[in-house]
Amino acid sequence: MTIAAITSADTPLLEHWEMVVGLEVHVQLKTNTKAFCGCSAEYGAAPNANTCPVCLALPGALPVLNERAVGLATRAALALNCDVQPVSIFARKNYFYPDLPKGYQISQFDKPLALGGWVEIGARAEGSPIRINVTRVHMEEDAGKSVHDRFSGVTAIDLNRSGVPLIEIVSEPDMRSADEAGAYLRVLKQILEYVDVSDVSMEEGSLRVDANVSARRRGETRLGTKTEVKNMNSFSGVERALEVEFARQVRVLEAGGTVDQQTMLWDGHTGEVLPSRTKEGSHDYRYFPEPDLPPLVLALDWIAKVEHDLPELPAARRTRFAADYKLSDYDVDVLTSNPRLADYYESVARSHGDSKSAANWVMGEVLATLKTSGDDISTFRVRPADLASLLNLVRDGVVSHTAAKQIFGRMAATGDPPAQIAEREGLVKVDDDSQLASWIDEVIAENPTEAERLRNGERKLQGVLIGAAMKKSKGRADPKKLNQLLAARLTS
Amino acid sequence: MSARSCAFARDETVAGRITAGATIETAIARAREVNAGRDGLNVFAWRDDDDARKNAGDIAEHLSDTTPGLLVGVPVAVKDNIATLTMPTTCGSRILEGYVSPYEATVVKRLRDAGAVIFGKTNMDEFAMGSSTEHSAYGPTRNPLAPDRVPGGSSGGSAAAVASGIVSMALGSETGGSVRQPAAFCGIVGVKPTYGRVSRFGLVAFASSLDQVGVFGATVDDAARGLGVIAGHDEMDSTSAQLPVPEYHAAANADIKGMVIGLPKEYFPASLDPKIRARCDASVERLRALGAIIRHVSLPHTDLAIPVYYIVAPAEASSNLARFDGVRYGLRLEGDGLRGMYEATRSGGFGPEVTRRILLGTYVLSAGYYDAYYRKAQQVRTLIADDFRRVFESGVDVLFTPTAPSTAFPIGAISDPYEMYLSDIFTATANLAGVPAMSQPIGRIDGLPVGGQFLASHFEEMKMFSAAYALERALGDEAHR
Amino acid sequence: MAVTINDVRHIATLARLGLTETRAAAIVGELNTILGHMDELSKVDTAGVEEAIGVGAQGLPVRVDSGPPFPLARSLDAFAPSQRDGFLLVPRLSTHESPEQS
Repeated sequence: MTIAAITSADTPLLEHWEMVVGLEVHVQLKTNTKAFCGCSAEYGAAPNANTCPVCLALPGALPVLNERAVGLATRAALALNCDVQPVSIFARKNYFYPDLPKGYQISQFDKPLALGGWVEIGARAEGSPIRINVTRVHMEEDAGKSVHDRFSGVTAIDLNRSGVPLIEIVSEPDMRSADEAGAYLRVLKQILEYVDVSDVSMEEGSLRVDANVSARRRGETRLGTKTEVKNMNSFSGVERALEVEFARQVRVLEAGGTVDQQTMLWDGHTGEVLPSRTKEGSHDYRYFPEPDLPPLVLALDWIAKVEHDLPELPAARRTRFAADYKLSDYDVDVLTSNPRLADYYESVARSHGDSKSAANWVMGEVLATLKTSGDDISTFRVRPADLASLLNLVRDGVVSHTAAKQIFGRMAATGDPPAQIAEREGLVKVDDDSQLASWIDEVIAENPTEAERLRNGERKLQGVLIGAAMKKSKGRADPKKLNQLLAARLTS
Repeated sequence: MSARSCAFARDETVAGRITAGATIETAIARAREVNAGRDGLNVFAWRDDDDARKNAGDIAEHLSDTTPGLLVGVPVAVKDNIATLTMPTTCGSRILEGYVSPYEATVVKRLRDAGAVIFGKTNMDEFAMGSSTEHSAYGPTRNPLAPDRVPGGSSGGSAAAVASGIVSMALGSETGGSVRQPAAFCGIVGVKPTYGRVSRFGLVAFASSLDQVGVFGATVDDAARGLGVIAGHDEMDSTSAQLPVPEYHAAANADIKGMVIGLPKEYFPASLDPKIRARCDASVERLRALGAIIRHVSLPHTDLAIPVYYIVAPAEASSNLARFDGVRYGLRLEGDGLRGMYEATRSGGFGPEVTRRILLGTYVLSAGYYDAYYRKAQQVRTLIADDFRRVFESGVDVLFTPTAPSTAFPIGAISDPYEMYLSDIFTATANLAGVPAMSQPIGRIDGLPVGGQFLASHFEEMKMFSAAYALERALGDEAHR
Repeated sequence: MAVTINDVRHIATLARLGLTETRAAAIVGELNTILGHMDELSKVDTAGVEEAIGVGAQGLPVRVDSGPPFPLARSLDAFAPSQRDGFLLVPRLSTHESPEQS
């Protein structure tokens, strides 16, 4: 318990209570066009530029389902171990809001796309896996955007996002701490990245989380009254909001009060949860089957094909990396954290052959460079084959380790192949004895005092002289040979 | 007097013996003659004669360029809930006053592609909610055959446009009988195709699972040709069927010898007006004389159609009409904040019947009532559809019934909402089951037309048209006496 | 299941329809009359009967994930009631106001 809002006085109380969390996660699917019309689903267009009769809800317009949205939703559901239903039904969720053009959202209600999945988010101390059950995955469309601070006195509506395809992933109330909720979200994000259905960025709004949280005395099996916490915009925000809301509920319960079933809004700046002004019971969405869309019927062999075509999922990849590349658990976790990085590593390791050295470079130089530049591995200029070539040059003694780092820097900047850079910049290792000897001679001539002191046993000066020689060689000299030559020259 | 038939106008125009322009002038003159304007029959919500003349001229110009379409030079009136690019689409509602759609309905595009000239937008019950065309924000439409009476509804303007001889074909829309019942009241032909036969893209939704664009014709042939043009798959409508469209007017001379025609007893209750029964009996005798096999059948859940319909349709409507919120288009009235704007706009924009149905629909979908009303109604709807399936599977080709329980009633005569709802008692079943149905004139009572209805199995419009053509031929002038 | 005035107020709120007290009271009577006729349905045994969903449809057609969108012959400013810099404008909402209370 490290959250500021929980005072130390609360801590003993919290120990008697258990947090129970279920999450509803909305994920925007990676399609070119919207769920029910041909408008572009891309962000960033001028307000209302990506709209048409359908997503403006003009009188008489009708929805037609995007095939790719079905494919991506199905792939996601299968990756979460769900049973994809051969028949699912779209339903209308009716409510008024200015960014909801039809006055209803097309969603799925009592017959969703998929039911009954699960994910594993780690292991308990005694080794048993922590499994979070997924109640359902259903398809729906996004609403538009209401901008409150653009013009004074009015709210501005942009419907570019209206109709963009989403899936909602609903978990069972299986999480018992904010940490577990965070772990679930990270695992979920990773899986969805692996199956490539979404950009899954909470910051950009392509992944959104609402949390249902309740508190109960430890040992109690019944669920307490839950509240729904909304408005978090990062995973850590979700974790903090859960801690704060849980602590609030515990204080209420400890004081003999009851928790109201209501919606709470997280304020990331103040670290508080505040009740939304929504009155519970005023929700009456009047769901009914969407008459403009007949039931979605998916052939069993089609579902089987989507399942068959699923890429390797994170858990399987971790197991394989550990076995094939003999990497530590930590290395495996880092390298498989996202599928593009894992692909990158795997490609380098296969071309180069030495999986450990490939891992060191990818986790070291590659990640550091990406972190500095903010680029994604998919657009990184150093392609795996080139990195493997560089590692081959080091292994074969063509360039020094020091030079290799320099070359890598140039590769990242220019995208040129390493051999070319080494040649151009004169970074190929020099092991020609006469050349090395002449550098040593020059250094001794230029630093007679230091040379003399070294000769007299002041060994720490060896590094100074070798460094000067390396500098003359522009890093190309083999340091081991230089040392031998210097020693020979001073003792002769 | 009726307008030039679709077939005649088209063939003569293609042959160069008449011009599209002349046909339009005739229609304009006829509209003047019958006093179709706001102070008269109040047929149209919008007409732009100059635009119609210009479009007719364009057709003449391009006639030699392309294979002539099926409706070249034919003026067509379009119900005001079908989106058109150059004319407003108001749905008879104040909330859409002056709204011009920035896109066009698939059916309108198909009409234009076939060479038709959109002659005007026709008056209707607001958002198609009504059976009399009295509930329009732009005043009631009058029945051309008896101007103190209603033309039926909700597509009363389109029915009146055809019945008064301005056009020979018009588009309407059906949710529970809004084409067939006004066709019956006005003595013309009205067709509700199979659900999915015609694209709904651009038809302003009332109840999406029941709505279907329908066609009025002065004759069966006019309606058959019109339907042939607008029917067929549309990728913009997910409920549109991917089935080929037969040439419906090819049924014109079909022999119905041996055709099994079912008479469902629930459509001939003891309470049925004996004069309407007599007209139906006379038609049945004609059909028998043509060699049809008449069989008495039962559709036992028929009585439940009105309760089911008046749960399902308002429920869907309450959701479909949520988009009229003053944010993106249409009327906007300011109030206290956002909530006030919504309420002012919607209360000010919707008339009393629309308000009533939105509230009814909201109620039956709301928490605690869904199962008792909406779910139950959707289950009984299955039973109604099963009734039809069973009868058609038993070898019945088409069913024959009266279209409406009465003839056209005087304007203002029915004030009780539920009594008005009962006007749909013989028509709502087809919408609930999704089957095709049509009404045609089978005679008159005290000068007021009576409609006879054929119903067929899903996508069996050809059988329905075969029977209708045959009966029309057999009745001859008797259909209008 | 008689409809009460509170029911009418609740559904009017859900439907964003402003009703005068007189009109609300009249609606109570109208809805009760109409729903009275609906009670016929409760007598029907529908055990095991499927709801009519997607009548006649053979599954849901899908479209390929590419544009262009269905074109607008006129842009939003030709028909939007209130607009600025491409945005649609509505009366001010507070940032944390949620749909249910708007």
